[in-house]
Amino acid sequence: MKTRISLTVNGETHEVLVPVHKTLLEVLREDLGLTGTKHGCELGECGTCTVLADGEPVLSCLALPVELAGCEITTVEGMARGGRLHPLQQAFAELGAAQCGYCTPGILLTAQALLADRPTPTRQEVKAALAGNLCRCTGYTKILDAVELAALRMTGGSRVGDRR
Amino acid sequence: MSAERTQGGSSAGSARAIDGGRFGRGAEPPSERKHEFSVVGRPLPKIDAWTKVTGETKYADDLVLPRMAHGKLLRSPHGHALIKRIDAARARALPGVYAAVTGADLPRVKFGILPVSQDEEVLCTEKVRMVGDAVAAVAAVDEETAERACRLIDVEYEPLPALMSIEESLAHPEIRIHEYGDGPNVHKSVALQFGDVEAAFAKADLVREDVFYYEGNTHLPMEQHAAVAHAGPDGKLTLWSSTQTPHYVHRVLAKALDMPAAHVRVVATPVGGGFGGKTDPFAHEIVACHLSRLTGRPVKIALTREEVFYAHRGRHPVLMWLKTGFTRQGDITGCHIKTWLDGGAYGSYGVASTFYTGVINPVTYKMPVYKFEGARVFTNKPPCGPKRGHGTPQPRFALEVQIDKAAEQLGLDPADMRRRIAAEPFTKTANHLTVTTTGLVECIDRVVEASGWRAKWRGWRFRAPASPAQPVLGEASEGAPEGGARRSEAPSEKKRGVGLACSAYLTGAGTAIYWNDMPHSGVLLRADRSGAVTILCGATDIGQGSDSILAYLPAEVLGIAPKDVHVHPADTSLTPVDLGSYSSRVTLMCGMAAIQAAERLKTVIAKAVAGKLEVGPGELVFRDGKVGAPEEWDKAVTFARAVELAEAMHGVLAFPGSYAPPKRAGKYKGGGVGPSPCYSYTACVVELTVDEETGEVELHDVWIAHDVGRALNPLLVEGQTEGSVYMGIGEALMEGQVFRKGVHKQPSMLDYKSPTTLEMPEVHTILVETDDPEGPFGAKEAGQGPLLPVPPAIANAIYHAVGVRCDEVPIAPEMILKGLERRRQGKAARVGPEKIPVFKFKEPLVVESAFGQPAEAIAVRPFQS
Ligand code: FES
Ligand code: FES
Repeated sequence: MKTRISLTVNGETHEVLVPVHKTLLEVLREDLGLTGTKHGCELGECGTCTVLADGEPVLSCLALPVELAGCEITTVEGMARGGRLHPLQQAFAELGAAQCGYCTPGILLTAQALLADRPTPTRQEVKAALAGNLCRCTGYTKILDAVELAALRMTGGSRVGDRR
Repeated sequence: MSAERTQGGSSAGSARAIDGGRFGRGAEPPSERKHEFSVVGRPLPKIDAWTKVTGETKYADDLVLPRMAHGKLLRSPHGHALIKRIDAARARALPGVYAAVTGADLPRVKFGILPVSQDEEVLCTEKVRMVGDAVAAVAAVDEETAERACRLIDVEYEPLPALMSIEESLAHPEIRIHEYGDGPNVHKSVALQFGDVEAAFAKADLVREDVFYYEGNTHLPMEQHAAVAHAGPDGKLTLWSSTQTPHYVHRVLAKALDMPAAHVRVVATPVGGGFGGKTDPFAHEIVACHLSRLTGRPVKIALTREEVFYAHRGRHPVLMWLKTGFTRQGDITGCHIKTWLDGGAYGSYGVASTFYTGVINPVTYKMPVYKFEGARVFTNKPPCGPKRGHGTPQPRFALEVQIDKAAEQLGLDPADMRRRIAAEPFTKTANHLTVTTTGLVECIDRVVEASGWRAKWRGWRFRAPASPAQPVLGEASEGAPEGGARRSEAPSEKKRGVGLACSAYLTGAGTAIYWNDMPHSGVLLRADRSGAVTILCGATDIGQGSDSILAYLPAEVLGIAPKDVHVHPADTSLTPVDLGSYSSRVTLMCGMAAIQAAERLKTVIAKAVAGKLEVGPGELVFRDGKVGAPEEWDKAVTFARAVELAEAMHGVLAFPGSYAPPKRAGKYKGGGVGPSPCYSYTACVVELTVDEETGEVELHDVWIAHDVGRALNPLLVEGQTEGSVYMGIGEALMEGQVFRKGVHKQPSMLDYKSPTTLEMPEVHTILVETDDPEGPFGAKEAGQGPLLPVPPAIANAIYHAVGVRCDEVPIAPEMILKGLERRRQGKAARVGPEKIPVFKFKEPLVVESAFGQPAEAIAVRPFQS
């Protein structure tokens, strides 16, 4: 059974006709062509598919679009504004926090939600926020450094933060 | 920022190397080579960083083609069974199904990555050898329909007993998994001896025998494998695949589909993590092509996470027996290792893996005499293959833990002992491998200093060191009677400890997996009047940054910005062959090819510009996007103008670069595995606490110093080092690919435990540079070597903390509790394997040890001029 839903993604509203059981991940990637959102398990275990719904991280592989009608959904494609990268994207690129880059969209969005909540998190808080996002390449070190650097820049600092 | 770098030369090893005529054969001395770099050594963002942080990078599963169908494989639920009947008629009848095929529809050929192990069927026809073996496939309008159709395929199996361990497979020669190999269920057996080990043991003051076990584990790349095939109406085929080895996939497609290789094109998409897991050609790649040919549509097959667990090709479980003789000063007199590898159901890279459990061991330390016996056994489990470190982390664990035990018995500081026995630069090993530069001594010094080792280690805590005058000879496999009274520390406390280990790893395999005299890596470099340079190379970026290296090196040579270099990665119809992203070969081999091509372009440009500026071509420098004579820099022309002049003079500017490693294989059968242009070296210190109540281990800090030759981009080298440390931690403490009744115990990311941000300690990376004459601008590998010392350093730190010897990984809390309990009972506080299989290795090939022979400073390479 298909159902018509209206979904607001990155500020644009889309009407889509999809089977009710189709996940947000599938709708984003297959119906809206937003392939920036990745998947590592499709079972809610790896965090790769994380997007934001009204600013909160959700696992798009478990979320059903019907439940998210009316929410403002943000994917990695919506992070850069007006041709300017989000400070997190900038810091991830500069510090080499994306190796294969496959976990990167989910981690960027999780970090964006964290920084919206806590603009100057401690390293431990960054670790806790990202504990559900697996990355097999980086050992997380440069990811944590990049989140800290972005936080610093977003709060007006300019120096590369001391990691502790 | 935690990382720091040093220029090599402070270590005795590299200093001696420079004095000792290392730059023979008319090569430039380093002082002249070491001009100011403009790109090399700078922490630049990777060239693909921007597309990766914006989600624009297109991985295989992101590709969608018009009219594309979705494929699915039906896989065996049995570990071992005969296929009695298979019928896909009901699946074909399902609406939305375009094709349903079985093995009978495909050419009857077997394939495999190594020429000597062609033992895989695309779709099994007579027999399945593991849960997950593919037996049929469907292409349909969508994934759901394809899945439903798969369930309609009727397969009748006659189950056979599944052999699930080395012991079982050896104990049941009457049940044969394969009909080939070196004995019933023995895929490969090797025995090599370099010098007289028994004489070496007789000379020793201490001889230790220990048994170790390293559990298998898997790569777990975040991206599941995916492939899209398109058979065109012209009879030609294109496959886009998340593969680390497009060239090998190309060869296998031609064979398995019985097509001319000239009509097959393989494009490697950016790989979302490989670690060796995407280096084999896979059934789904071949099936996607076949289904596309049948349906006339593009076909995509994307594996599920569970399928990826079964595709595997990961770390071999290895049981090891290790006997080493030591002098009282800590020198090694000789070493004998036996390894048994649980290979799983197919050959994969297994012959190479078997050799790698033996042949790299003598590279780290001075080991004058060496004997190696190894056997790979077939079992009814997913095949093991190459995972980061390929066959070497297992024996490295055994060696480094045994050295720790020996150091204790000899009353030596384990750091000092290793420093003393570190391999000498520019010498040969017992098994005829050539060591060029080594920064191991400096690596040890740097981690000792950075970690505060001297203050933290402070002697052996758990037993009085055995006097070297009364050596414990030929100890039984239960290990030393460790676990004497500990010093006045209260029980049920958290105990802190430090541990140290070292390693060496190859920078690219010295021989190709199929015998040939062609380049291992090639590039094509072109430039035109736009001022842009394009480099085409068959290499695959799997996140390590090889595309960026391909931009940096020509940019350095030509004095332009990396952004002015377009990189065109692996596409077998466009790019010269590169063998693939494995064995840490890409930076060195592609890098050397890229430099050669760039130098050729530079020569031609210089000639044209020299004519224009009326100076000698030798007087020109290329820098800051200009070409000119330094004395008259105001007359320098822009790079684009320089290219224009050259294009006018020479016509189209396109230059090849080729690289093949020096031919330095030992002249004995089996000497082809192990040689490498050069070896990287690593030293690592781990600090942790062990909770004596729960057995839980908490890692605090890891200091790791890596001799990378030269860090072409320190950011990328640090990233590789940190990622290696992370993966080593997972293998040491939690990751295990284990099976019950043929079925994977935890084929999900939740149950297969891997480290999260919370388990990761602080990693302090120290890069040591030794400027190796074999590498591009002196660079060696970074992607795999730094994993090796991590598991043994953790095991050694656990011993230092609580006096429990864990001779097995992963180290579970229960193992530590068991060890503590044994200590309380006054027994040896050791946990690990108790016995070795009953197995007779063949007579060893006896070769003279080449230990200590001088090695040539710079080897002669094919395609050099
Ligand atoms: S894809 Fe793994 S949590 Fe959604
Ligand atoms: S960068 Fe590869 S998984 Fe995180």
